[in-house]
Amino acid sequence: MNDRPAVAIQGLSKRFKTGVTALAGIDLDVQPGEFISLIGPSGCGKSTLLRIIGDLIDPSDGTVEVNGKTAHRARLDHDYGIVFQEAVLYDWRTVSKNIALPLELLRWSKEKRQQRVEELLRLVELEGFEDNHPWQLSGGMQQRVAIARALSFDPALLLMDEPFGALDEMTRERLNLELLRIWEASGSTIVFVTHSIPEAVFLSTRVVVMSARPGRVAAIVDVDLPYPRAARTREEPRFFELVTEVRERLAGGEVAA
Amino acid sequence: MTTAALQRRAFDWGPALLVFLLGIVLWQALVVAFDVQDFLLPKPTEIAQTLWDERSSLWHAGVYTLKEALGGFALGSSLGILSALVFANFRWMGTAFMPFAVAANAVPIIAFAPIFNNWFGLLNPFSKMAIAAVLCFFPVLINTLRGLTSVDPRAIELMRSYAAGNVSVFRRVRIPASLPHMFAGLKIASVLSMIGAIVGEYFGGPTTALGVTILNASAYSNFTLAWAGIVLASAFGILFYGAVAAAERLTTSWDPSRRAFRTE
Amino acid sequence: MASIAVDRTTTPRIGAIHGARRVGLVVAGIAIFWALWEAYRWIGESLGITWPFPVNQTNMPHIHDMLHAFTQPLQPGGPPLIHYEWHWALFTMKEALLGFVLGGLIGFGLAVLLAHSVILRRGLLPYIVISQTVPILAIAPMVVVGLGTKGVTPWVSVAVIAAYLTFFPVAMNTLRGLLSPRPRDLELMRSYAADRRSVLWKLRLPASLPFVFSALKIAATASVIGAIIGETPASIQDGLGGAIVNFNQYYSTGPERLWATNMICALLGFAFFGLVVLAEHLIVKRAPEHVA
Repeated sequence: MNDRPAVAIQGLSKRFKTGVTALAGIDLDVQPGEFISLIGPSGCGKSTLLRIIGDLIDPSDGTVEVNGKTAHRARLDHDYGIVFQEAVLYDWRTVSKNIALPLELLRWSKEKRQQRVEELLRLVELEGFEDNHPWQLSGGMQQRVAIARALSFDPALLLMDEPFGALDEMTRERLNLELLRIWEASGSTIVFVTHSIPEAVFLSTRVVVMSARPGRVAAIVDVDLPYPRAARTREEPRFFELVTEVRERLAGGEVAA
Repeated sequence: MTTAALQRRAFDWGPALLVFLLGIVLWQALVVAFDVQDFLLPKPTEIAQTLWDERSSLWHAGVYTLKEALGGFALGSSLGILSALVFANFRWMGTAFMPFAVAANAVPIIAFAPIFNNWFGLLNPFSKMAIAAVLCFFPVLINTLRGLTSVDPRAIELMRSYAAGNVSVFRRVRIPASLPHMFAGLKIASVLSMIGAIVGEYFGGPTTALGVTILNASAYSNFTLAWAGIVLASAFGILFYGAVAAAERLTTSWDPSRRAFRTE
Repeated sequence: MASIAVDRTTTPRIGAIHGARRVGLVVAGIAIFWALWEAYRWIGESLGITWPFPVNQTNMPHIHDMLHAFTQPLQPGGPPLIHYEWHWALFTMKEALLGFVLGGLIGFGLAVLLAHSVILRRGLLPYIVISQTVPILAIAPMVVVGLGTKGVTPWVSVAVIAAYLTFFPVAMNTLRGLLSPRPRDLELMRSYAADRRSVLWKLRLPASLPFVFSALKIAATASVIGAIIGETPASIQDGLGGAIVNFNQYYSTGPERLWATNMICALLGFAFFGLVVLAEHLIVKRAPEHVA
């Protein structure tokens, strides 16, 4: 495995035309295979940061490298998949066709597409729903379709913007487990934006705590809980300690030893 | 106005103005180059000349027809809005009536014109108003009804949680929400009312009417006059449309879908 | 497993009940209209009502007289009216169909063009709207004669006039549909580095389908109207337009025939509209609307 970071951010800033400074000097390296969560108060720019990594927004200052290339190149080379808070599925496509959308754009052959879609449906446990339409599925199922779609061309990097934010707690916890399973099976790097401290700690190898606007990296918390993690993990003392640490970092104070 | 606003105005209207000028130049050039018959398409310069020469009689004819159109617009639109309100409240009536609305809409106005002329009298402006009214009724009804019945269910639920009665729901939620749709229908109706009045006049009317003027001009081979009349009819239609669009802008400036469509 | 929320679309049985109810309402509606017509006629004649218009045989023929007119021969010893009406309807339908296709293609192409260029939109949209303020009735003879000198058969010229009325709703609605995808949808496409062509084919066009069909429904009736209007000034005898002009001339000797022809016009437009609705039902798959 090469030692080049999957995502290398240096001195990143973003000022919007409206005068709002969303990000002020972000430095961050994400190693391949890591699971990084970005957490911070509302308006701290975490979604903006994610979009800059995905070359959906241009930075004002600083550099972003994905897989050793510019973010722009990485997007054109299809190096990442993205999942939004809303599933953004197309009403007029069935579940299978929604998942196959990026593969169609990449001009995969019909057989390869079909095979890959079947694999993915198994991965996200939605076999049997190939021919359903998005409105026939629950919110959690729609997000699973969105995740399957993001993984369809097996990208090295997965960007996720509060994908479970619109779901209820129980579905969310279940999908967290599923996401970890998928992550381990695919070996991709994940940058995950969330509002939920327990979710960030549960999923990540490291939690990046951001400050309020203008967003900076306030702290990075190493999550030393062992993988594979299970529902039980949420009840371990170490989990609570880490959650508390993140919470206190968010509040801006030092952690009591 | 600030330079930025002026620039924006120029950018908004510049292309359309350019196309207009290009169009006129092209028209003139093509007519001359292909030596097109007067009957088919006179030169824009000739039409402009005739418009100026006959401006008095044309203007009066135009206003006469505009009045018919306005009368029909008022009648047809108010009936359409009223019906929409009724159908929105009593859904079953709407479902029953809609197929007839579609069928009646499919009857070309050509078929109504002679009947209305027979009913109300050839020279009576009301016969033309009736035609305009019929043309206005359906677009206004259909669009307004769609607006009244496509409300976000949560907005209705909120009102019910305040124990608001049906009338209140209508006044505070449905009617404001339906305004953009209603105006879409009114804009269509404004153009149709003018056309309806003219079509009616084609089947007979006083010589002081624009449609009759155009028809007679054609019959006496005065094609530049006919085209001048057509241009004037179109101009009045555009003015009418513009007036309704202005009213729409004033009352529904809050509607995001309208803005999204118009500006980029 | 996450909770399953599969929406079972209505079973065939419920669908049939809905359909029967609809048909029942339409039949009831026709019956009520008939009753109202005859009632007004009867009251009007008895009381000698003259406002808004005099109620008599000429102005308001009995509906059964209108229907009866279909069975009467046009010329002594000739075939019944319905025979002629059928042929006229077919002729007009031919024009309307061609006009529908022409206008639809032009409107659609225009919309795709305008969807991709703000400048073109600003420049052309006003004129597309203005085009509909021109009274087509006044222009119709010029179009027919003008195209005639170029060797175009009259009925095709009429189809052009029908296309004139058709292209507008198709262009406007398709444009709205093509521009309907939300920023998030476009962002997703950007993340796939999709080119404009892919965005058009995979996102904009499918998203525009409901809008296109709503336009086609309007266009269906508009093309029939355009065809009939186009026929009248050009004195084309073979279609419904010509029939209307003739029966209007001889209205006092046989008012029922004009009304009968009007019925046929309505049926024609309605049938065309119905075809489009059927096509929409088969082609467009969308989430059921959640509106109150």
